[in-house]
Amino acid sequence: MSVTRAEKPKKTGRNPVDYATAAINADLTKEQKLGFLADMLRIRRFEQASLKLYQQGKMGGFLHLYIGQESVAVGTLALMGENDHAITAYRDHGHALVVGMSMNECMAELLGKATGCSKGKGGSMHFFAPDKNFWGGHGIVAGQTPLGLGIAYALKYQGLKGCCLTYLGDGAVNQGVYHESLNLASLWDIPVVYIIENNQYSMGTSLARSSASKSCLAERAEGYNIDWDIVNGEDLYEVRAKTWDAIERAHEKCRPTVLEIDTYRYYGHSVADANAKKYRKPEEIEFYKQNHDPITLWENRLKEEGILDDAGLKKIDEAAKKEAAAAVQFAEDSPFPEVEDIFSDIYYEVDMGTESGQTGRHFFND
Amino acid sequence: MPVITYRQALNDALAEELERDENVVVMGEEVAEYNGAYKITEGLWKRFGGKRVIDTPISEAGFIGLGVGAAMMGMRPVMELMFWSFAYVAYDQIINNAGCVRYMSGGLINCPLVIRGPANGGTNVGATHSHTPENFLANTPGLKVVSPATPYDAKGLMKAAIRDNDPVCVMENTLLYGDQGEVPEGEYLIPIGVADVKREGTDVSLIAHGRAVLTALAAAHRLHEEFNISAEVVDLRSIRPLDEETVLASVRKTHRAVLVDENKPFCGVSAQIASMIQERAFDDLDAPVQRVCSLDAPAIYSPPLEALQLPTADRIIQKVLAIS
Repeated sequence: MSVTRAEKPKKTGRNPVDYATAAINADLTKEQKLGFLADMLRIRRFEQASLKLYQQGKMGGFLHLYIGQESVAVGTLALMGENDHAITAYRDHGHALVVGMSMNECMAELLGKATGCSKGKGGSMHFFAPDKNFWGGHGIVAGQTPLGLGIAYALKYQGLKGCCLTYLGDGAVNQGVYHESLNLASLWDIPVVYIIENNQYSMGTSLARSSASKSCLAERAEGYNIDWDIVNGEDLYEVRAKTWDAIERAHEKCRPTVLEIDTYRYYGHSVADANAKKYRKPEEIEFYKQNHDPITLWENRLKEEGILDDAGLKKIDEAAKKEAAAAVQFAEDSPFPEVEDIFSDIYYEVDMGTESGQTGRHFFND
Repeated sequence: MPVITYRQALNDALAEELERDENVVVMGEEVAEYNGAYKITEGLWKRFGGKRVIDTPISEAGFIGLGVGAAMMGMRPVMELMFWSFAYVAYDQIINNAGCVRYMSGGLINCPLVIRGPANGGTNVGATHSHTPENFLANTPGLKVVSPATPYDAKGLMKAAIRDNDPVCVMENTLLYGDQGEVPEGEYLIPIGVADVKREGTDVSLIAHGRAVLTALAAAHRLHEEFNISAEVVDLRSIRPLDEETVLASVRKTHRAVLVDENKPFCGVSAQIASMIQERAFDDLDAPVQRVCSLDAPAIYSPPLEALQLPTADRIIQKVLAIS
């Protein structure tokens, strides 16, 4: 039996290829680089604050934390242009914040408040911001994979040079609809970029126990004649460089890509995952925190580059903490939806009061 | 008025909407170059080209999901399921995505998608190809479900479905595709959520949708000829939204109701109608509400027996006589 990646000691030194010099990275300004740090810290502080609320019993349902994976959302989504779109699964807080959704609306949604991004109707797994080209937030594993395909199909149909970054976890690669999507993407030349965020655990089941492969998950794309690549997720420069290659392939050649980004989550599948520390050793989690934390590594990189010092870091981190604390306050102060709100946002025609929406009975209550 | 087939009426509806709105595309298995498994899309590929009329692989979850994503972006995809029975491999896309995305996004997204195809038994293709899932679909707030019985209704409802800004499931019937009926030449729409009294009567209301409407009409004819009973036939046309008032008005007039439904009886569409009648017209009833549904077993293959499994005029007449 092969060992899991988690059991393999990862390299801890500098990436042998320096992606900082890649074209997409070479011209980054100091402000942009510090902005990536700020975004990663914002995700982490937001989620740490949300965890406290969850533990206080102020939140229902599940809370799937992204902590440890921040470099993936920040490294990829910051590359989106005007006609690029994104869609992800239920571990969606990081993506939401990076595309520009506010901490306030996201935190309020977690508490089920009327001021939430989905008016308290979606919850943690279902954040959306179509005005920011962000299409969710989807609760069923791999359910978003054909939707991302359809978004990219629509872009191509409309003659726009864009793509849809479609995120999935390592557990999603075994769902049939993902494979149906890959087939269609290649067959019809659809500009979709599938980004497998491989955090090594499909809920509580390790990669080795859930997925058959020769060497990696992305290589399954080979069978569909789709270009693919493996990405070291802890190196923000590499994430950006390889994702940009995929976006350019979509823009210029209208061809799909599958990227597999190695990453790691510190918490369980969700916070309710009682066995989070049983299906993997606490030492493993600690090892990643100490050696592979994407935020720490980026901080170190920026310090090496001479554009960050401890005071600067503290300032950025304090701002993120303050923003998260304010979001908690906003969410706690916000009202819950009213009972009558249960019946809006179901049918467009009803909401708009159109003739269609007023014809026949739509809801069947007492 | 021209007389055309149900198939042609659907084809005309698709062609007119493809012509009218460039956001409309027709997609499904063999809808383009093969002209459609049941020839509903015949000639459309030749006329509108491969960008508008698209053959998909046999991949319902994939292409229905693609249609949902495209609809979220403002397109109006019309997705053909060769059989509605095949929707069962795309239920996540239909229920969770098309049906729930508006709600879960707090109204930020809408999904103007049409999913259409035949949903019927009676063609001796066994249980896997004979499902009638209109009750399952109508059980999802967020989806609309229509079921036309005639060429006129098929065209008008299909056009309304394509223009609707919510996801609409159009439940057709392979046994009706060859039926002929009068369809006006000019454009018309049939609003979704409006039932139609297909035959007026005074003694009993036969309430049905889809092909069961024709079975009810046949029964009504014989009830008149053989028993001098005047049966009214109400065609729901739309399951959700539901035109309750037309049904209730009929029951208040006749005081008796027999519901005819090719669904299976347990939690079928007629179960909802029966519940509604007893809640809202109890005092108007002179007899218990009766139902004639498909016999409660998976669709049997054996041809003479399958004909008996579906509602028949004989079974309808027996029920009517029992309460008259």
